Amino acid sequence: MIKTTGLEFAYPGTAAIRFPDVDIAQGAVLLLRGPSGSGKSTWLALVAALVRPGAGSLEVAGQNLVALNRVQADAWRARTLGFLPQKLHMSAALTVAQNLGMAFWAAGAAQDRRRIDAALAAVGVTELADRLPAQLSGGQAQRVALARAVLMQPLVIAADEPTASLDDDAAREALHLLQSSAQRRGATLVIATHDARVGDFFAGPSAAATGHVQTLRLPRLQGPEVAV
Amino acid sequence: MNTLGLAWRYLWSRPLSSALNVLLLALGLASITFLLLVAKQVERAFQRDLAGIDVVVGAKGSPMQLILSGILHLDVPPGNVPLSAVNALKTNPLVAEVIPISLGDNYQAYRIVGTTLAYPRLYGATLAQGRLWEAPMQVVLGATVARTLGLGPGQHFVGSHGLAAGGHAHGDSAYTVVGVLAPVGGVLDRLILTDTASVWKVHEDYTAEDAQDRAAMEEEREVTMALVRYRSPLAAMSFPRWVNTSTEMQAAAPALEVTRLLHMLGLGTDVLRAFAGLLLLTAGLSVFIALWSAVRERRGDLALLRMLGAPPARIAFLLLAEALWLGVLASAAGLLLGQIFMAALVFFLGLDSALLTGGLHWPSELAVVPALALAVSLTAALLPAWGAYRSDVLQLLQTK
Repeated sequence: MIKTTGLEFAYPGTAAIRFPDVDIAQGAVLLLRGPSGSGKSTWLALVAALVRPGAGSLEVAGQNLVALNRVQADAWRARTLGFLPQKLHMSAALTVAQNLGMAFWAAGAAQDRRRIDAALAAVGVTELADRLPAQLSGGQAQRVALARAVLMQPLVIAADEPTASLDDDAAREALHLLQSSAQRRGATLVIATHDARVGDFFAGPSAAATGHVQTLRLPRLQGPEVAV
Repeated sequence: MNTLGLAWRYLWSRPLSSALNVLLLALGLASITFLLLVAKQVERAFQRDLAGIDVVVGAKGSPMQLILSGILHLDVPPGNVPLSAVNALKTNPLVAEVIPISLGDNYQAYRIVGTTLAYPRLYGATLAQGRLWEAPMQVVLGATVARTLGLGPGQHFVGSHGLAAGGHAHGDSAYTVVGVLAPVGGVLDRLILTDTASVWKVHEDYTAEDAQDRAAMEEEREVTMALVRYRSPLAAMSFPRWVNTSTEMQAAAPALEVTRLLHMLGLGTDVLRAFAGLLLLTAGLSVFIALWSAVRERRGDLALLRMLGAPPARIAFLLLAEALWLGVLASAAGLLLGQIFMAALVFFLGLDSALLTGGLHWPSELAVVPALALAVSLTAALLPAWGAYRSDVLQLLQTK
């Protein structure tokens, strides 16, 4: 499902980051771990086809990402990858339903209100559809952001530090939602985190249903912070 | 939701800033609309009132004054000319028609013009009520005069001396209204027309002391000027020169004088146009600042849209669409405001009976207004759109 070999990436004027090889199956969970600045963001950007590797091969969901041009990469990302950012980035000008609709707009697809409602229902926040983001609690906002990430029925769901700034109960609930959302669709789940609770969750009994869990540990890089 | 819908929502997520930008743009556009309307109406008024008059012959003095007083009825005439001299023009082989114009009196500031029936015919006037005059002291009213003064056929009034209200009333000589002209949308609407002989009669009745005196006056009858139409355009080469050198009168070509007048007005409108340009530039800058800060505020949103698969071009177009909305709204507001300025000018200066017709006019020149609006707003949006195009997705992924 995600297969990388000899993957390297270099920001202009810095030494290349070398990533360990990865080979995980469809429906598996990949925990991307490592301290700040270890290249987690860069690895996510590579897997999302936002940047091209300097060297190595990179295949996601059967697609060789190195072969895609920018336009093809955008189109591929729109239908293959669901993304849950650390900062949820919901447009204050739009209602919850309209924020979800942005995914259709971004993909150049027609708006489908039934799918929006279904995605909201799947994370248990149907009643929030017509609210503005400012009216949501932190937990509600994260559910909405997750609904947006899975709206296009992606094969890969990537979450960036989903438990940062959450207390233990909320963190467990967030991970459970992510896990069940991925499982329902048979999607591969990639979680970038430096939170030990994430590892505990996927090692513990609540994750018994989860398939294969793999951890990719990235070492601290030498020199100054490079990932933006 | 399509891009235009999305842009609309983004625009009104900052209502104050957007409304101010629309207003700023609209003020510049309104100034331009207003200038275009005034220029168009003045030009049209001149063209309309010239009505095929090739040359005006009158007392020596300023040729512009002759045209302004004799054709547009805006100024006082330079003086009078002998009736015999004007009659002599009719015998000139280059001349097709001579229409005498006698000025001197007014009623409630509306000029009483002594002339012949050829004058209303020149403008293709038709009667709304009554008939044309058949004898001295009968008058036909222009449409505006009849409406404003509430006069109609069968009513009488006494003119006053001079061309403005408040002169000495010619108490003994009352005019009788016999007809009212239909509106022609020109100078005729604000004139009171009568036979040339009426003007003589009023003044001779008023001034003559005895029959001998009157007879002397009849000998020396004058008119104010004559509107002349040529038999052939070639007459323009020699006729004015002949009048200017061989008679005690001057010939003024309306087309020439009006061109000079429009040129002088043009110098004034250039200043206003520069001012409007400055307003538009300010508005453009303001739009730029608003969109630029919008891109900065929404960096995360834009990066997320990229993450969701939106191509950079679609994100840049989102910004341009916001500018497009600003341009469209400002165009509508600017055109409307410009028309309101125009109507206000006409109303407050009372010009509706002179040069400007007021009201809503949509000359094709106004197409420049939306074009300018879109040019300004889209140009202002180019750099922000480029910023949006280049929005950095990696920033979104920062896990620090």
